[in-house]
Amino acid sequence: MNIHEYQAKQLLARHGVAVPLEIPARSIPEARSAADQIMGSGASRVVVKSQIHAGGRGKGSFKNGFQGGVKVASSAAEATDLAQAMLGNVLVTKQTGPEGRTVQTLLIAEGAKIKREFYLAVLLDRASSRPVIMASTEGGMDIEEVAATHPHLIFREQVDPALGIMPYQARKIASALQLKGELFNAAVKLICGVYQTWWESDASMVELNPLAVVGRPDGSEALLALDAKISLDDNALFRHKDILEMRDLNEEAPLEIEASKYSLNYIKLDGSIACLVNGAGLAMATMDIIQHFGGSPANFLDVGGGASQEQVSAAFKIILSDPNVKGILVNIFGGIMDCNVIASGIVAAVLETGLKLPLVVRLEGNNVTQGRNTLAQSGVSIITAGSMADAAQKVVQAVKR
Amino acid sequence: MAILIKPDTKILIQGITGSFGGRHAGLSLDYGSSVVAGVTPGKGGQFFEHNKHRVPIFDTVAEAVRQTGATASAVFVPPPFAADAILEGANAALDLVVAITEGIPVRDMIRVKRALAGNTRTRLIGPNCPGLVTPGEGKDSHGGCRIGIAPGYIHKKGSIGVVSRSGTLTYEAVWQLTSRGVGQSTCVGIGGDPVNGTSHLDVIKLFNDDPETKGIIMIGEIGGSAEEEAADWIRQHCKKPVAGFIAGATAPPGRRMGHAGAIVSGGLGTAEAKIAAFKAAGIGVAVTPSEMAETLLKMM
Repeated sequence: MNIHEYQAKQLLARHGVAVPLEIPARSIPEARSAADQIMGSGASRVVVKSQIHAGGRGKGSFKNGFQGGVKVASSAAEATDLAQAMLGNVLVTKQTGPEGRTVQTLLIAEGAKIKREFYLAVLLDRASSRPVIMASTEGGMDIEEVAATHPHLIFREQVDPALGIMPYQARKIASALQLKGELFNAAVKLICGVYQTWWESDASMVELNPLAVVGRPDGSEALLALDAKISLDDNALFRHKDILEMRDLNEEAPLEIEASKYSLNYIKLDGSIACLVNGAGLAMATMDIIQHFGGSPANFLDVGGGASQEQVSAAFKIILSDPNVKGILVNIFGGIMDCNVIASGIVAAVLETGLKLPLVVRLEGNNVTQGRNTLAQSGVSIITAGSMADAAQKVVQAVKR
Repeated sequence: MAILIKPDTKILIQGITGSFGGRHAGLSLDYGSSVVAGVTPGKGGQFFEHNKHRVPIFDTVAEAVRQTGATASAVFVPPPFAADAILEGANAALDLVVAITEGIPVRDMIRVKRALAGNTRTRLIGPNCPGLVTPGEGKDSHGGCRIGIAPGYIHKKGSIGVVSRSGTLTYEAVWQLTSRGVGQSTCVGIGGDPVNGTSHLDVIKLFNDDPETKGIIMIGEIGGSAEEEAADWIRQHCKKPVAGFIAGATAPPGRRMGHAGAIVSGGLGTAEAKIAAFKAAGIGVAVTPSEMAETLLKMM
């Protein structure tokens, strides 16, 4: 699960990470009052930031023609005008796809004078099965690009999960970021807090980009998490009721939400051949083989090991609500499940949905002969297939017709 | 020989009184495997009854091991309690703990992995895996050792080792072999999570040393770099033909494809990179999942 920037900063602040003065706003009056409050605190500028679960907001553009999902204003009135242009409108960035996302929340923040920008993240190092902290002096940039072009500018520190982060490790990172004096000490506290946030929240990633040294109006300097992104381990949400409340269904595809109600794992893609498969690996492999034979998969759909009649029926409805779908491939390896039960489920789903599109079914496994008979005798128009390759070729052919 | 488990391996089931654990304990008994004990805290002294079998249930793994001599366990315990169950198995000095449970938090597995570091006694397979099968000599491979949830009857005793991150894709490969009359030494599902106990490479090394295994099918998927590490070792050390398949070439970056570990992030873990590593190591790459067995058999 992903959360918004303002929510990520709330979690970070709980663990002692310094964040700018900032207030979320869901309406124009809220934005106005937030901007007034921030200007009243002595800030010379405010930043109005669109809250969507996608990067590239600053360079994004709204479908109403307004440019930029993150803007700076020098007065509360100007901030209110910016809020007016953003709230309720659809923001398209390089990560949202052409459909974009509707901005329903803004974050109104003090406009800081940025002096230096860093990158700081905590994630799982899969090779060692341990947490790793990544830091770089090249903040505010695309870190993948930095990793590709200047790998020596990325500093890595692995954490022993039995100990947790030790202060000396935070000091090594602060030193790698070339921080001195008060800022060095502030960095040590902040880095420990960022690690704690990752560990205590069961996050899969915490990323500050940028983490910045900013100049305050009184001439002092501070180290602040200017932007933050947190994604969480879905499997651990059961023990984080407070974080689960941060879920924003507006940011999730409606079909994927519907699928999750039936314990179906569905991801919509852009192609025309829908697939319904049991098991994640086989589902991915089915998408791959469709593409191999010249088709394009419309979705990933894993019905899991059980594949009950209700699930199969729900899966058909979800598949069919995608208007791009021109044909369906069902690929089931019923190891333990009775293939005849699955076959009956498919026939029932076809009758229930009044399916008109070509349907190719490849069934293999337990009681498969009976299952194939059920399909053949159903009177429903189903193209049966032997192997996965046979099935993929048949559905690609059927869609071309 | 086979690897890790033999037809007479004594198995205990952690979570035997749950519907999932109970069902598969029954199927393992039907397959002819030696399920000698169950563990469910608070139900010690009761029995798990299945057909003519009567399997004693214990409160702790330690007690079950003491009373029955079990050396391997299958963990069917729900996700919030699974890490504890795995470590209980290790604490009881089992040779093998196979965690079937799907949905264990990554943080729990990081702690488990840390706790098992340096433990040369207990090997963890999984979590989020179908388990292992060493096929037997009876009809439909009856009499073998089945730990987990794989369908036993699709197997056939023979000399091909199969290792995979995915359950159903393993069954697909096994079925392709069996349909061609080719049997398997042992089939190992290592699981689809980002933190797991046993890697592709660990299993490949065991197959390489097993005189009964003559060829290997390795099935991988997007995410992480475990396939690349295995390929690199195979290039330098493996004495046996290896064929492989990588699932997820068409998966969009940044999305988890069902398995928690199946994700391309930051441009790493792509199918393309893994396939390139396979080719560089002389591993036969199945162009489609339909050709996994065929690809290996052509190399032998």
